[in-house]
Amino acid sequence: MSDDAPQDAAARGLTRRALFKGAGAAAAAGAVFRSLDAAAKDDAAAGPPVQGPGKTAVTLQVNGTERKVEAEPRETLLQVLRLPLDLTGAKPVCDRGQCGACTVWLDGEPVYACNVLAVEAEGRKVTTVEGLGAPDDLHAVQDAFVQKDALQCGFCTPGLVMSAAWAVEQHGEDLTEEQAREACAGNLCRCGTYPHVLEAALAAAKHAKKGD
Amino acid sequence: MPRTVTYKVGLVGHDKHKQDVPAVEQDLTVEIHEMDAEPWGREDTFRHVGHEVPRVDGAVKATGAAKYTYDINRPGLLVAGLVYSPHAHADIVSVDAGKAQGMAGVVAVKTFARGSAKYPGKIVAAICAESEQVLADALEAVEVTYKVKPGPAVTEDAMKDDAVVVDPRRKTNVGQPRRGPLVRGKPDDAFEGAEVVVQATYRTPIQTHSCLEPHGCVCEIHADGTATVWASTQATSFFANQQLTSALGLPRNKVRVITQHMGGGFGSKFSALEWDVLCAEFARETKRPVRMMLSRRLEHLVGGNRPDSIQALRLAGSKDGTIAALQGEVWGTSGNSSGGGAGAANFGVYTLPHLSMLQHGVATFSAKGRAFRAPRHPQGFYALESIIERYAYAAGVDALAVRLKNDKHPIRQVQWRIGAERIGWGKNRRKQPGSDKGPVKRGVGCASGRWGAAGRHTVGRNQLVFDVVVDKEGGVAFQNGVQDIGTGTRTVIAIIAAEELGLQPGDIDVRIGDTTYPPGPGSGGSTTAPSIGAAVRNGALRVKESLAGLLALQWGVDEAQLSWKDGVCHGPGDKQASFRSACSLIGEDGLRVQGRRMRNFQSAYGETAGCQFAQVAVDTETGVITVENVVAVHDCGRIIDTMTARSQVNGGVIQGISYALYEEKQTDRNLGDMVNPTFDTYRILGMQDCPPIDVVLTSVVSGYNNTGMMGLGEPATVPTAGAIANAVYNAIGVQVTDLPMTPARVLEALERRQG
Ligand code: FES
Ligand code: FES
Repeated sequence: MSDDAPQDAAARGLTRRALFKGAGAAAAAGAVFRSLDAAAKDDAAAGPPVQGPGKTAVTLQVNGTERKVEAEPRETLLQVLRLPLDLTGAKPVCDRGQCGACTVWLDGEPVYACNVLAVEAEGRKVTTVEGLGAPDDLHAVQDAFVQKDALQCGFCTPGLVMSAAWAVEQHGEDLTEEQAREACAGNLCRCGTYPHVLEAALAAAKHAKKGD
Repeated sequence: MPRTVTYKVGLVGHDKHKQDVPAVEQDLTVEIHEMDAEPWGREDTFRHVGHEVPRVDGAVKATGAAKYTYDINRPGLLVAGLVYSPHAHADIVSVDAGKAQGMAGVVAVKTFARGSAKYPGKIVAAICAESEQVLADALEAVEVTYKVKPGPAVTEDAMKDDAVVVDPRRKTNVGQPRRGPLVRGKPDDAFEGAEVVVQATYRTPIQTHSCLEPHGCVCEIHADGTATVWASTQATSFFANQQLTSALGLPRNKVRVITQHMGGGFGSKFSALEWDVLCAEFARETKRPVRMMLSRRLEHLVGGNRPDSIQALRLAGSKDGTIAALQGEVWGTSGNSSGGGAGAANFGVYTLPHLSMLQHGVATFSAKGRAFRAPRHPQGFYALESIIERYAYAAGVDALAVRLKNDKHPIRQVQWRIGAERIGWGKNRRKQPGSDKGPVKRGVGCASGRWGAAGRHTVGRNQLVFDVVVDKEGGVAFQNGVQDIGTGTRTVIAIIAAEELGLQPGDIDVRIGDTTYPPGPGSGGSTTAPSIGAAVRNGALRVKESLAGLLALQWGVDEAQLSWKDGVCHGPGDKQASFRSACSLIGEDGLRVQGRRMRNFQSAYGETAGCQFAQVAVDTETGVITVENVVAVHDCGRIIDTMTARSQVNGGVIQGISYALYEEKQTDRNLGDMVNPTFDTYRILGMQDCPPIDVVLTSVVSGYNNTGMMGLGEPATVPTAGAIANAVYNAIGVQVTDLPMTPARVLEALERRQG
């Protein structure tokens, strides 16, 4: 289900909640606004565990290091990674699970970080593109992205790297083109790097072992 | 004093089968400036130029280390966002931001409770807050009262006689070109006596740029009275316009603009826009760094778009495939501006002795269009190539033969043949369109493209100049404000410098994307690479001259006796010095020279050439089109990096397929709002839709500048939609005359045929 970004909701006289109630397209101007705080209180009333609406402490295992942050329950993993933690590899593009630019691994599985709440990631292992490799110590898939020119503006690249690297780690040298395509199917690239991304994934897989 | 130089130009070859390219070559005599390097000719060979060179900033992009504007995090950073009108046309009665103002963490609020809002996305309030969460709450708490008015948001509604006009000083929304239609020859007579006449009306949608990084900037005013603006822009040198600098309260020379990496522009990001100015105002008022990036929805609404088009065309020709005349009338909207930017480049490439074309910009209550990768061309070439296809069938002449007959460009003549062979024209083109048995029908089609970007020697009023700094350890830095928008600008600089200095591309320290350096050209019109390339070469030559001067002193010989070859300077006898050892003669302060871009000179072929072929399968039961193969044959003058050039062509083709099959800004005709401003409803091509793309790069030395480079970013997207549309026509035997060719439109066309 798609939804408006928060700043857009105000313009359209809609909140996430109103939308879920099926208010449909443009509500009349001057509709009653409900703050997210109020929404959170409703949610809290629905049953335990109760968190928020204020900030709570969240501990994440990010790229092998324990990181503690203070986050509101509505804050996404993406927001926490980018602002307090300054891990800006994962990009905010749609903020609604439609583009894959924010892809990270949660306990080794690719997820859209904009679709995961920070509190949901409590205690779990988060791997970001920065954790995969560094410019002077590239992961095989990152290296293949460079060698095959699987990047142009590069804004989608961290997400595509995470999806492609996951496919390579899953299938190792058996990776097929179809599997690589499928792994990257949830990542949009406006510059059109797809053909080179496929080449890079398959090239990296040649030397990979399953579960590497 | 200009010098006269004669050298060989022409087709160097292509990257797939160098041997079987027919020779296209000639001697070109040009006058060049004394400061300009002798042009690289057709027969020169290179160590880096024209090879497959991985981009020099690949590793930082692949690891997330590259910092984009959206990633800039400064101590005390505030975030800003916008409240905007969702209406096509409304008076803003009141904006109540009282609640927002009172929220903890809201730092500044601006409201614009005046006048009328004439497009969805019109800003009515802006808020600056401590965090994204506070900002979201505050934006929601703003209450706006509108008086909604009628106002046509789509082209056809705005063209009606009784439509509300956008500009009250005008009687109608439909613009008339001041000089009337463009007329060449005697089109009326040509139609009168023609053997074959075809006509059709083609429609193309509004396409949004959909850059993954939205528009926006981060502004910070420093204690010393200077400011830094990190901007997602295609032009560091024009971003800080008068509105932005006055919002910052600083003269322009105190404002530094930085764009190290940017997440896509495609023509939509040049000077600072309304929201950037608001960001600057907030930075000034709050005395803190502020970031303002558009939301995805606003990006779709106001970030820019390619205007739509309605193109009514008529074409006349003879039965032997010679085109005589083209006549047409075009309407399109560039939003609520008075029509500028709309229109279709629907003639060109082919010899059209008689022409009449009338283009109207139609004002609508929607946000302005912006330049979008080859403005006016993809829509124009889709219609032009479609009407030619109709003509070919009507005349009973092979569609490729029609093109070969009417296209005089010597390079494209070769390209048509390369493309036809690679798509298997003889075998895969259906003689009888739509003749496949069974529900899935296949076909192939082709289309041409054109562009002419040889770059220029100026940036605004300044000459385009690179500062080159060399130190005694042999470190070389090339400095210019130009930005790399993903096209590989950094890499092109590194390759050309390395080629001239006998180094590796990775040895060159490319410092760009920063107005601290000499002004860089804006990345528009595919002019960046051909503009900068020749300046980089001249910079490298100046370095070699200076080093030769130092060596001549050291060796006690005359400078004129020294010459460079492959990075080694040779003197009389067996004296020689490598680049690095020559650098050891440089003083502590380093060596500084300038690489100046000189004026373009004559060219052999004028425009660059390109053409594309597509093979499609159409499921006539579901209407779904699958693109199975695309062959893209392109010339961009001399190719500097075959790998990044191939990426550019892939990108152009992919955007072209996306335009042909999926993309369309959908507008609610009553409310005027865009109904699909998200990436799940505004569909762009994804990995699973991406066909194999066979890119053939024909390297052509075409003159114009000392490298022979020309632009590539835009031409690669010009032919695609036309080639796919013609393949669909060949497959199903009926033309789909509206883009995108959705399943519904395909089924509709099939129904029409069955009638
Ligand atoms: S930003 Fe998370 S999927 Fe688009
Ligand atoms: S490289 Fe630009 S969006 Fe993918």
